[in-house]
Amino acid sequence: MNAETSNKIRVAVVDDEELARQILREFLSSHPEIELVAECANGFEAVKAVAELKPDLVFLDIQMPKLDGFEVLELIGNDTAVVFVTAHDNFAIRAFEVHAVDYLMKPVAAGRFEAALKRAEERLEGKAPSNRPAAAELAAAARPPAQYLERIPVRDGARVSIIPVAKLDYAEAQDDYVALASDGKKHLKQQTIASLETALDPSRFMRIHRSYIVNLERVAKIEPYSKDSHVAVLTTGAQLPVSRAGYARLRTFLDR
Amino acid sequence: MHPIAAQFRRLLLYLVAWIPLAALLAFLLSMTHEVRPEEAVVLAIPLCLFYAVFCLSAWYPCRTTPIDGVSFEKLLMTHVGGALVAAGIWTFAAWVLAWILASSVNAFRGLNERLFPALPVILVTGILLYLLSVFFYYVLIALEASRAAEARVMQMSILAREAELKALKAQVNPHFLFNSLNSISALTSSDPAKAREMCILLGDFLRRTLGLGEKSAIPLEEEMSLIHAFLAVEQTRYGARLHMEEKIAKDALAVDVPPLLLQPLVENAISHGIANLVEGGWIRLNVGCENGSVSIVVENLFDPDAPARRRNGVGLANVRQRLMARYGNRATFEAKGEGDRFRVAITLPAGKSFEKEVAAQ
Repeated sequence: MNAETSNKIRVAVVDDEELARQILREFLSSHPEIELVAECANGFEAVKAVAELKPDLVFLDIQMPKLDGFEVLELIGNDTAVVFVTAHDNFAIRAFEVHAVDYLMKPVAAGRFEAALKRAEERLEGKAPSNRPAAAELAAAARPPAQYLERIPVRDGARVSIIPVAKLDYAEAQDDYVALASDGKKHLKQQTIASLETALDPSRFMRIHRSYIVNLERVAKIEPYSKDSHVAVLTTGAQLPVSRAGYARLRTFLDR
Repeated sequence: MHPIAAQFRRLLLYLVAWIPLAALLAFLLSMTHEVRPEEAVVLAIPLCLFYAVFCLSAWYPCRTTPIDGVSFEKLLMTHVGGALVAAGIWTFAAWVLAWILASSVNAFRGLNERLFPALPVILVTGILLYLLSVFFYYVLIALEASRAAEARVMQMSILAREAELKALKAQVNPHFLFNSLNSISALTSSDPAKAREMCILLGDFLRRTLGLGEKSAIPLEEEMSLIHAFLAVEQTRYGARLHMEEKIAKDALAVDVPPLLLQPLVENAISHGIANLVEGGWIRLNVGCENGSVSIVVENLFDPDAPARRRNGVGLANVRQRLMARYGNRATFEAKGEGDRFRVAITLPAGKSFEKEVAAQ
């Protein structure tokens, strides 16, 4: 990459409708400081393109096949500025909670688009240090109330997998990450176990240890381990430590 | 409508603008030293008045030959040809005028002969003036086009707001409108003809739905044409991703159905089915008519892994309620997903509509 191109703002446009991409492309084309590096028609493509091309700014539709805009944002992390573009006005608050630069409504007005681009450029110049919470934390906080996660998108490089919560056996805290055990595989995701716990339906998942959340349907039996602690044996054969508090919680659940 | 000739003020301004041109022509004629200055003036004024009116006609070839719609050769041939013809006529008129003056006024005797060496000057001036007016008309056309585009955008935003209000009444999903308007907005610059077509399709659909609010039953045929208008708009948005197949029994077309009964089902199949599929998919609509009852089946592909949280079912619940309210247990409604297919099946009594039944009692 030469010096000239590196000064440009690298932009990706994500929308499942060709015409919706086309108008953004047209608006962007009058900006010589912008380089359009990718156009994606769905969430998977978007995550892949962002992982591989590392654009500075993404114009992101919300309702798309495979992954919606929020799930994409959750997976691409904080280094990319995001402007949502949607026909729906009811996601605006959520959008700003996940630190979106702006929220454009379709049909997109040229003036409004310019304003959003200016905001994005200002944010990029300031290049906020990534001491913001992880994107997954923000997404968890911005989830509509009284609605629990039904699926968890995880990313491994440019590959995206989706774990339906029914297939999640347990989650284990590993420093800044959680390891999600599902179908005999473990997926790493940058999120704290506490925020994952609040996102999961408490009637189906339980925090049984400082580092473990278990899918209650998978618990086969609980066995004593030492004087103070127990292990939960899952139907998959996995054994998870149960803390004293966790044991008390499990007992009240099982006794019900 | 001619942009200048049709408005008196513009025409006046235009003729005033020709005064310096007349002066220039008089100057050029007197430069030949054969024509005296007063003769040059007497010739130049009526000639320029004549040519000013004549050049108004340059607008017509400009209008029929849009600058970015034809090849450069054609553009050149049209206007250079026009310029040659116009300047030729003009030069001839100059000579005729000089001959009339020479033979009727003593002071101008021999003017027609003395004008002879100046005729090439008049010809060249005529060509240049004609081409200048061609240029002028193209600028005018471009200005008009940009003004019209601005007005169109403005009109569209007003349309959008009004349509939103009425659409809510008519239960049309406003997001369908916003997305369609966004598509039209994208097309206005890339493919204006397509944009216009989509405006007309959208207008057609809205007009049909708005008119239906008061009616309690319409022939299935009318509902089908409503669905076709709706699909035509959606097709522009989704392109090849949306594939519709329909099989309608002929004798079902005349059957009365509640208005907007099927359209929400098709809309549902698109927004919760096709829209969530990367490659898109099909929607199948089957309508049969047997033993006094109509059976309607809408089937579509969908992504079973897509989260179900979206307002899925509101449209369906609405259809179900309306069916039950009108027909009670004489109608059935069933909606379920199996694998990657979603299927809605309805049966309702064929024949006379509810309204007519009540009236007959």
